[in-house]
Amino acid sequence: MDSPLHRRHAAGKAIAGLGMLICIASLGRPAWRAAGAYLLLLAAGTAAAKLPVPRILLGGAVVLPFAAGIAVIAAVSGDSERAAMVLVRAYLSSLTTLLLVASTPLPELLAGLEKLGAPEFLLQVMQFVYRYLMVLREEAGAMRDAAASRAGTVRVLEFRKAAGAAGVLFARAHNRAQAIHRAMVARGFEGRMPALRQLPFRMPDAVFAAGTLAVAVAVRAVLA
Amino acid sequence: MHIPDGFLSSRVWAPLDAVAAPAVAWLGRRAQRGFDHHKIPLMGVMGAFIFAVQMINFPVGSGTSGHLVGGALLSFTLGPAAAAIVMTSILAIQALIFQDGGLLALGANVINMAIAGVLAGYLPFVLLRGSRAGVFLGGVLSLMTSAALALGELSLSGVPMPRPVLVVSAGLFVVSALVEGAITVAVVGALEKIQPGFLRTPAASGGPAAVALGAAAVVLGGAGVFAASERPDGIESLARTAGIWSRAGSLVQTPLADYRLGVGSLAGTWAGRTVAGLLGILAVYVICRAAARILGMRKGAGAAE
Amino acid sequence: MNPVVQVRGLRYAYEDGTEALKGIDFDLQPGECVALLGANGSGKTTFALHLNGLLRASGGTVVVDGLEVREENLKEIRRRVGLVFQDSESQLFMPTVLEDAAFAPLAAGVAEKVALERARRALEQVGMAHKAHKAPWHLSAGEKKRVAIAGILAEEPKVLVLDEPTTFLDPPGQRGLAELLASLPQAKILITHDVAFAGRLCSSAVFFQEGRIAARGGITAIVHEFHW
Repeated sequence: MDSPLHRRHAAGKAIAGLGMLICIASLGRPAWRAAGAYLLLLAAGTAAAKLPVPRILLGGAVVLPFAAGIAVIAAVSGDSERAAMVLVRAYLSSLTTLLLVASTPLPELLAGLEKLGAPEFLLQVMQFVYRYLMVLREEAGAMRDAAASRAGTVRVLEFRKAAGAAGVLFARAHNRAQAIHRAMVARGFEGRMPALRQLPFRMPDAVFAAGTLAVAVAVRAVLA
Repeated sequence: MHIPDGFLSSRVWAPLDAVAAPAVAWLGRRAQRGFDHHKIPLMGVMGAFIFAVQMINFPVGSGTSGHLVGGALLSFTLGPAAAAIVMTSILAIQALIFQDGGLLALGANVINMAIAGVLAGYLPFVLLRGSRAGVFLGGVLSLMTSAALALGELSLSGVPMPRPVLVVSAGLFVVSALVEGAITVAVVGALEKIQPGFLRTPAASGGPAAVALGAAAVVLGGAGVFAASERPDGIESLARTAGIWSRAGSLVQTPLADYRLGVGSLAGTWAGRTVAGLLGILAVYVICRAAARILGMRKGAGAAE
Repeated sequence: MNPVVQVRGLRYAYEDGTEALKGIDFDLQPGECVALLGANGSGKTTFALHLNGLLRASGGTVVVDGLEVREENLKEIRRRVGLVFQDSESQLFMPTVLEDAAFAPLAAGVAEKVALERARRALEQVGMAHKAHKAPWHLSAGEKKRVAIAGILAEEPKVLVLDEPTTFLDPPGQRGLAELLASLPQAKILITHDVAFAGRLCSSAVFFQEGRIAARGGITAIVHEFHW
C-alpha cells in the first residue's frame, strides 16, 4: 500500500498520533465543535492514506462496547454530558490509533518507536509476537475444533481436556521457539538480533508531525 | 480489564506512563540478564501462546466458559521479569492492532497487568514453594490485583461508581480471579505431566523474593487504599452487605480498626491509610512465611529447593 | 579435487549414553549432490546437524571446506554450510521476506545496504523477489521453502543441506523445487524419503542404518538393495 501518509516516517506519525491522543483525552465537556473538528481531521487523514473512509470510521467503533458500560453508569447518575463525552473521547482515540496502524506496517512502526526511545529488547519481543501470533492462533483453533468434534458429556472432564490442550499448546510453542533459535544459530546468530531497519527522518516528516500537532492544539484551544 | 483511552484523567494516566516507562526498561534489562538476545524468540513465541490460549474454552458451569489470562503462568515458567516483558509486549500489540486498551492508558494497563499482576501472581508461588496452593493463589491474586488497580485508577479519574456497580464489579472480579486460579492449576498440572522442566522450582526465599515482596506490598497496599479511599461508602457497603462489618466490630477491637493510625497528624490522611495498609500486608507476609516454614518442615526432605 | 565436506569416524552419543552415530565416514565433492536415505531415527538428521556445529561430535572429525568444526571456526563454517530445516515456518522468523533473506549477512555484521542487496539477489534467484515485503505467514508452503533457500543463498555458501524439503509440497511444488535446486551450483546433501525427488537431483545416495552408513552408491542400486 502506498500513499502520502504511508510514506511518512513512523516516528513522525507516532508523534502526531500521540499529540492527537493527548488533545482528545483533554477534552472536557461539552466539546462538540472540537470533537467534530477532530473527526474531520481524522477522516481527511484516512482519505490521504487512500484507505476506505467509511470502513475506518466504523472500525473506530470497536471500542464503544467497553465505553458504553461506563457511559451508561454516568448517564444513570444524571451526568449525561459526561456519558456522551466518554464515548466521544474513546471513539476518537480509537480512530486515531487505527489510522496510525493502518497507514504503518508494524515492523516500521516498531522501528519508529525505537527512534523515539522505546527499549529495543521489548520491541524485538513484540516483533516476534507479531510474527507468530497467527501461527499459534491457528494451532489453537485446530485443537479447539478437534475437541469440539468429540463433545464431552462430563463438565469436569471437559475442563481437564481444555487444560490438556493448553498444556500441549504451551509445549508446542516451546518446541517451536527452540526450532527458531536453532535456525537463527545455524544462520550465524551470536546473540545480537539485526537492528530494526531505520529509515531516514526527512523534512516532510518533520513538517507533517509539527503541522498535525499545531492543528490539534489549535482546535483544542479555540474550539473546546 | 484493558482501560481504553478517554477514561483516565491526565493526573492519572500521565504519572502512570512516567512510572511504567523506566520500570519496563529496567525489567527488560533484568529479563535479558546476560542472555543478550538469545531469549527473544522464546519470549516472543510465549507471547503468541498467550494470545492463542485465549481461544481455548474452559467450561465453568451452566454454559459459560472461562479463559486463561496467563500472567501468573508466565511468571512460573519464565520468571517474573521475562513474564512482565512478555505481558507488556502483548498489551502493546493489543492496544495497537486490536484497539484493546488505549495508548495513553498503556502505562496504566502495563502497571496493572504486566507488572503488579505478574508480581502478585509470582509471590504466592514462591512463598508457598511451588505447591498447588501457591499456584492457585498466584492465579487469583494476579487477577485481583490488576482489577483492583484498574478500578482505583478509574475511580481516581472521576468515573462515577455507585454502590451497586462496585458490588457487581467486585463480584465479577472475584469470580474471574477464582476461575483464573483454577485454570492455572489445571494447566500447570498438565505441564508437569508433559515436561516438569517447564516450571521453575522456587529457591528458598532470598534476595529476589524479598525485593519482589517489597515491591508487591507497596503496589498492593497502594492499590487497596486507592480503591478504599476514594469511595469508602462503596467498600463499606460491600462489607455491610456481606454482613462482615457488624460481626467484625463486635468480635475484635483491632489496633488498625478503620485503617487509621492513632497517631496525631497522620490520622485520616492518605499517607496514614497507606501505612496501615502496608502494615496489614506485612502481617500477611509474616503469617505466610510461618505457614510455609511449617509446611516445609512437614514435607521434610522432599521439599523443592 | 578436495572434498568440500570430509567426515572421519564421526561418533555422537546423547546425554543418556545412547549412541546415535557410531563412526561415520563421508565425503562430498564440490558441486556433487548426495541423498541421505534411511529409516526415521537412523541418524540422518543427527549427522547433518554436525556439519555446521549445531551438535558437537563425541568422537571423530568433521572438516568443511578445509576448516575443522571447532568452536573458533563456527561462525565461518555456518556461513559455508547452509542448513534448510524441514519446518519453514520456524526458519522464516523475521517479519518480512526481505528481512528474513537478509538475516544471515546482517547477523554476520555486513552493512545493511549490502546485506539487503544480497538478499534481493538471492530472492531473485529463487523467484520470490516480487514478494519481498510480504509477511511469511501469507506464503504457500512452496513459497516459504524458496524464501528459506534464499536466506541461505544470501550467505554465499559452499554446501546446501536440505532436511526433508518436499514435506508439505504438492507435486507442482516439488517439481519447481527440483528445478530450482538443479540450477544451483553448490554441493548438496538431501535428506529425504522421496526417492523420485532424490533421483531427479542426486547421482548417488548413502543409506543410514542405526547410526551407521550401511551402503553408498547409485540411488537405484541402494533402493533395490534395501527395498526402499
